[in-house]
Amino acid sequence: MFFPISQSHISPIYLAVIGFFIGVMGGFFGVGGSFIAGPALRAVGLDWNFAVGTDLAHIVGKSVVAAKRHRALGNVDLRLGFIMAIGTMGGAEVGAQLIQMLKRAGNVNLVVSVVSIVIYVSISSFMIWEAWRTLRVAKKRGPRSKVPGPAKQDESSFSHRTRAIQGFRLWPMISLPTSGVKAISLWVIILVSFIGGLFSGFLGGGAGYIRMPMMVYVLGIPTHLAVGTDLFEIIISASYGTFSHAIKGNVDILIALVMHTGAAIGAQIGAISTQYFAGPKIRLAFVPLPLIGAAIVIYTMWTGHKI
Amino acid sequence: MKADTSTTLRAFVLELAVYAVLVTGYFFLVLHFLSGWLQDLHLHHVKVYALVAIVLIIGQAVLLESVTTWLFRLIRGRSE
Repeated sequence: MFFPISQSHISPIYLAVIGFFIGVMGGFFGVGGSFIAGPALRAVGLDWNFAVGTDLAHIVGKSVVAAKRHRALGNVDLRLGFIMAIGTMGGAEVGAQLIQMLKRAGNVNLVVSVVSIVIYVSISSFMIWEAWRTLRVAKKRGPRSKVPGPAKQDESSFSHRTRAIQGFRLWPMISLPTSGVKAISLWVIILVSFIGGLFSGFLGGGAGYIRMPMMVYVLGIPTHLAVGTDLFEIIISASYGTFSHAIKGNVDILIALVMHTGAAIGAQIGAISTQYFAGPKIRLAFVPLPLIGAAIVIYTMWTGHKI
Repeated sequence: MKADTSTTLRAFVLELAVYAVLVTGYFFLVLHFLSGWLQDLHLHHVKVYALVAIVLIIGQAVLLESVTTWLFRLIRGRSE
């Protein structure tokens, strides 16, 4: 199929299948999946600028479907999502400025590559350790009751640190009843979303691989709600990114629309699947995602080719 | 349990098949008619193009979400 905006020939079946897999992953983990979509679009000859912008547009559509499904399942905290969107957009702008500074200094590729590898590997290592420990403690303790509780009931071996963060009293304090957080400083939420946005602007993509774990471990949001709320927040921040890229001529919306036909059904399946897994298991399954990102960066550094 | 799994799988495969037919029709109808107009916007009215792009992707998301939810209900309802 010929896509006149980007002047490219791509099979619509390929786009729908890629969209489907990214949709399943996004619905299940609450991530945009740009670290797979970008290289997948590049692999069929799309220029990098179009790959990045088009992927963002497709993320908007996929996140609408997945967030709608998560909302029906009670997994979206709207108040938290709106607050986080503000911090994310601020962070994304600062991240983009940092990239411009590094470009001027002439060492952008090396710095971004090393930072991203360190971040990806650290997130994965920490999540393996935490989820493994939580599952081991739960196994030793045995079932709490003979009647199985909803998979949404979450636990973490890091929860004592999360409680300490929630005890940090800096005005204004807000409550998040949907997430079961009685009181937390607004600044902590803004800081978490700002850091997520910073990495999004600095490393590209939606940065769900850093925001979702931070929502669980720093803000104390149950994993299912972190996934759903992150998706809701991605709708706002990715729409902003899409608009910005479209003005620069980097979005082929026809490719995004075709990709989204696969993503729409994948995102529904991913979102529904979260109901059958407990929080620590979702977190453990999340571990390979940042490692795939790290592998892509190492490959790029090693060979000099972008994939 | 096994009967449940096979019913769910059958419903899912049926849903994918119906969805594929609908989406193929959608490709040929909507994308064929929109591509010329969108290319023109992209070349000459880039701000309008940016707005239309967001409206289109969100509109399609809402539409397809409704279609898949309807299919899920329809096929599940029939198979039970």
